[in-house]
Amino acid sequence: MITRFLLSNMDKRGYAFLAIVAAIGLLVPLANLLMPAGSPLHVSTATMSLWGKYLCYALLAISLDLVWGYCGILSLGHGAFFALGGYAMGMYLMRQIGSRGVYGNPVLPDFMVFLNWQELPWYWYGFSSFPFAMLMVLAVPGLLAFVFGWFAFRSRVTGVYLSIITQALTYALLLAFFRNDMGFGGNNGLTDFKDILGFNVQAQGTRAALFAMTCVMLISGFLIARGIVTSKLGKVVIAIRDAESRTRFLGYRVDRFKLFVFTVSACMAGVAGALYVPQVGIINPSEFAPANSIETVIWVAVGGRGSLVGAALGAVVVNWAKTVFTSGFMAPYWLFALGALFVFVTLFMPKGILGTAQGWWESRKRPAPVPAPEPAPAE
Amino acid sequence: MNAPTPGALTSSLLYLDGVSVSFDGFKAIRGLSLTIEPGEMRAIIGPNGAGKTTMMDIITGKTRPDEGTVMFGGSVDLTRLDEAAIANLGIGRKFQKPTVFDFHTIEDNILLALKSKRSVLKTLFWQTESQQQKRIDEILGIIKLTDKRERLAGSLSHGQKQWLEIGMLLAQDPKLLLVDEPAAGMTDGETAQTAVLLKEIAKDHSVIVVEHDMGFIRELGVKVTVLHEGSVLAEGPLDQVSANERVVEVYLGR
Repeated sequence: MITRFLLSNMDKRGYAFLAIVAAIGLLVPLANLLMPAGSPLHVSTATMSLWGKYLCYALLAISLDLVWGYCGILSLGHGAFFALGGYAMGMYLMRQIGSRGVYGNPVLPDFMVFLNWQELPWYWYGFSSFPFAMLMVLAVPGLLAFVFGWFAFRSRVTGVYLSIITQALTYALLLAFFRNDMGFGGNNGLTDFKDILGFNVQAQGTRAALFAMTCVMLISGFLIARGIVTSKLGKVVIAIRDAESRTRFLGYRVDRFKLFVFTVSACMAGVAGALYVPQVGIINPSEFAPANSIETVIWVAVGGRGSLVGAALGAVVVNWAKTVFTSGFMAPYWLFALGALFVFVTLFMPKGILGTAQGWWESRKRPAPVPAPEPAPAE
Repeated sequence: MNAPTPGALTSSLLYLDGVSVSFDGFKAIRGLSLTIEPGEMRAIIGPNGAGKTTMMDIITGKTRPDEGTVMFGGSVDLTRLDEAAIANLGIGRKFQKPTVFDFHTIEDNILLALKSKRSVLKTLFWQTESQQQKRIDEILGIIKLTDKRERLAGSLSHGQKQWLEIGMLLAQDPKLLLVDEPAAGMTDGETAQTAVLLKEIAKDHSVIVVEHDMGFIRELGVKVTVLHEGSVLAEGPLDQVSANERVVEVYLGR
C-alpha cells in the first residue's frame, strides 16, 4: 500500500527529478572522494557542502509548496520549522563535543559554562542520543505546527491574516532564541561541532555522506509530498485552496485537512534544517529571521508554485544565483536583484520557471491548446 | 421516504419555527416558519433582501440564528452543528454563483462530492471502487458532461458549470437539496433543460429552489413560498400566490 501511495501517478517529470537527484547523490560524493584534486571531474568539499545546502533549501521549498502551492496557506514563517529542526540537530552535535570544549566540561556545552550554569536544563536531556534527537527533529516543528494550526485553522484565520501570524511566530522565536537565558546559546547559537555518530563532522568522508543523505531525504520528502498531492486528500486540499467554503459544504472538515498538511510540511522543513546544520557548521537565531521565510516564498514562486519539482528547482536556481551574485562586484545589488526577480516572476511568469517552460513546450507540440483557467491569485 | 426517527418532534424533513437573525441591528430574518415534507419540492421567491440566501445560510450552518428552532429529520437541531456536519447529515447546497473546483477535472469534481467517508486518513489512502466509478459515470451522463470528463472545470461555460454543480449535489446524495437560482444567467434552452433536470432529481430527493425567474417556477409546477422582509408572506400554488394582492404589491412596489 505504501509503495502504491508513493509511486502511483508518477509522471515523467517526477521520474526525471528522482533520477537527477539520485544521480547527484551518488556521483557528487564519488567525484569528491575518488577523483584526485587536479582532475576536472573532482568536486571540492566546499562545493559539495554548498550544493548540499541548496538541496536542504530544495526540501524546505517542497515543504512550503505543499502548504502554499497546494493548500493556499501562504506561510511566511516556514523558516521557523527549518530552524527548530536545525536546533534539534545542533543540540545533539553540542552534546557530542563532550569534554573537548574550551572549558572541558564533560556535560555542559561551553556557552552554559560561560553563563555559570551548574547543570543541564531539562530540555537538553536525551539529546546525547541520536535517535532521540532525530525524533525531536520531527516532533518539535511538527508539534508547534499542530498547536499553531489547531488554533488558527479552527478559528478560520485565512489569507493575509494567517500569513502575518506566521511571520509573527518566526519573529517571536527569533527574539526568544536571542536571549541567553533560553539556553540555546543566545546570539551565537550552537557551533564548533566535532562529531556526528562518531565521525568527524569536518572530515571529507562525513561531508560526502551528509551530502548523499540530503539527497536521500530530498527524494523521500518529494515522494511523500507527491503521494499526498496525488491522493484524494490532495484533491481535497486543492479544492480548499480554490473554494474553501464550497469544500466545507461538501462535508469536508477543512480545518483538519489544513492541519494535516501544515504539520507534515513542518516536519519536512525540520528535516531540511537538521541536514543543513552539520553541513553549514552552525545554527543561530538569524535562521528565524522573517526575511529567510520570505526568501523561501520567493524560491517557490520563481520555480513554480503548485509544482513540487518547480519548488525544488526554484530553491536551487535562486540560491545558486545568490552565491554567484554575492561573491562578486555585484554583491551590493543582490537584494535588489532578488526583489526584481520576484516582481518579474509574479507579473510575467505566474507559473514560475517550470510552468512557463512547460507551457512553451506544449504550445510548440500542439498549436491550439485548450485554454486553461487563470491560476488562482496568490493570497 | 424518510421515516421519522423515534423521538421525532415532527414528521417534516425540515422544520423552521420562529427563526430570527439580525446583522448589526438589521433584521434579515424575522419569525420565519417553514416546513418541508419528505420528498417535497418547494420553490421560494421574494424580492431582493427578502432573506432567501440568509435562510439557506441558517439551514446549512453558515449563520447561527439569534432565536427559533431549526430541526432536520424531526430530531436533529441544526443550529448546533457546523457546515461539514450538516453536509454529512444529508443537506446539499448549490450556490447562486456556480462554484466548482476550476483546477480539477469534471470527473474529479464529482469524485470529491461523491458520498463517502470524509476523514483525513480515508481520503489519503482512497481508492475508488468500481461501484463508485459507476455512479460517477452515471452522474456524468445525467448532466451531459461525459465527453468532457477529463477537461478542467474552469474551462466550462456558465451553464455547464451550473449542471456540474447540480451533478455534484447528486453525487452527495443528500436528503435535502438547497438550490439557489439554478437558472441565473442561462439561455432559455438551458433553463428548460435545468427544469427537467431538477424535476428528475425531485423524484427521490426533497428540494428547495430559490429563484427569481417566474417562467422557470411555472415549469417546475410546485408549491411556492413568498418571502418578504424575512418572513413568509404567502404560500400555495403559483397561480394562487401570484393573485395575492400583498404579493403583487411587494413585487411591484407600493
